[in-house]
Amino acid sequence: MTMETAERLDQRTRAALADLLLAMADDEFVLGFWDSEWTGIAPVLEEDVAFASLAQDEIGHAQALYQLLTDVQGGDPDVVAFGRRPEEYRHARLLDHPRTDWAFSVARRFLYDTADAARLDALVASAYQPLAGVVAKMRREETYHLLHMHAWMERLANGGEEPRSRLLAALERLWPDARCVLAGVDDAPLVAAGVLAEPLAAVERRWLDGLAPVLDRLGLPHPRTAPPAGGCRGPERSDDFRWLWEQFTMVYRSDPEASW
Amino acid sequence: MVATRVDKQPEGSGEPQGGAPEDRVWAALAEVPDPAIPAVSVVDLGMVHSVELDGERLRVALLPTFVGCPALDLIRQAVAARLAGMAADVQVEMTFAEPWTSERITADGRRKLRESGFAPPRSVACPYCGSRDTRLENPFGPTRCRAIFWCNHCRQPFEQFKAI
Repeated sequence: MTMETAERLDQRTRAALADLLLAMADDEFVLGFWDSEWTGIAPVLEEDVAFASLAQDEIGHAQALYQLLTDVQGGDPDVVAFGRRPEEYRHARLLDHPRTDWAFSVARRFLYDTADAARLDALVASAYQPLAGVVAKMRREETYHLLHMHAWMERLANGGEEPRSRLLAALERLWPDARCVLAGVDDAPLVAAGVLAEPLAAVERRWLDGLAPVLDRLGLPHPRTAPPAGGCRGPERSDDFRWLWEQFTMVYRSDPEASW
Repeated sequence: MVATRVDKQPEGSGEPQGGAPEDRVWAALAEVPDPAIPAVSVVDLGMVHSVELDGERLRVALLPTFVGCPALDLIRQAVAARLAGMAADVQVEMTFAEPWTSERITADGRRKLRESGFAPPRSVACPYCGSRDTRLENPFGPTRCRAIFWCNHCRQPFEQFKAI
């Protein structure tokens, strides 16, 4: 049974839906701001343009998801996006790392984009129609992100000693936290209500199964560590994220009442 | 009576003065340019999802070309300004009811894109010299909807409206 509004959902399911929307929106929002850090200093001009575009896409997706969230629970999307303390953000710990070097940013995006694609696959037929609509549109845009990131993973993995060693170091650091992207949300009631097609554990298996042949072909390591037991989506946050938060909320905090 | 037309352009865009009231709305919409590529209108791009005219109430729903396109609000305002006065109550909204895809660009829209120096979606022919000896330089261009190509024949870059 499909639904146009969340009104008929029981309290737990509605809270879980709100948390899923917030987690996804924060993932996209924070990644978008990290990627925008490359503007002007990417290794080549084409990547300057590409990362600015990727950032713009992610922040646009976040905007649409914050809107869906406030449709469910009320409030103002801008206040949700900018008016919270760092420990109130719900993004996955993968997005707590700074941009670091190019290989690190590429590896992080590759892990995030592929995990996010598996998540979007589980939402495109969502019984919650407003989410299904936004997800259908997001997926078309993410196709370009995936193509771009696969191309860069290949280039770095086969690009000689330095790019490869930097990529390996990045994956080593990122793998445990990457497994937070498909965790940390109360998924059982969402599956029961048809909002989410399958439990997040199944989404994660699908994600890792899909990655395996790509990693094998490039001779890159599979994840060795199990996902962290807790703290996948806060409230503890890195100093790097706190710095980013200072940056992206600076204008808002200077005058929260201003109209844009 | 509610008159709804989805996904369709009027047969031959008539003058805004003539034809059925709903056709006048479509003709007015065909005058609202895309801010980034003014040669094409929101109708050429297939951005109009639905037009509902119910007496004094006019509702137009538009499909965002890209979720994060910064021009969306500008487009919504331009459409609302152009339709102002065509009904007592005019509402223009963006909807994700169906995904906009570049397949929605009309034949007219593709021609206008080419004429203004953009290869239409899925075409790799250089809009300047017509050569197909071209290569993709960057899937990401100056706006969300444009990719950058290079023409090996006339040796200059050109932009393609992305297939999405």
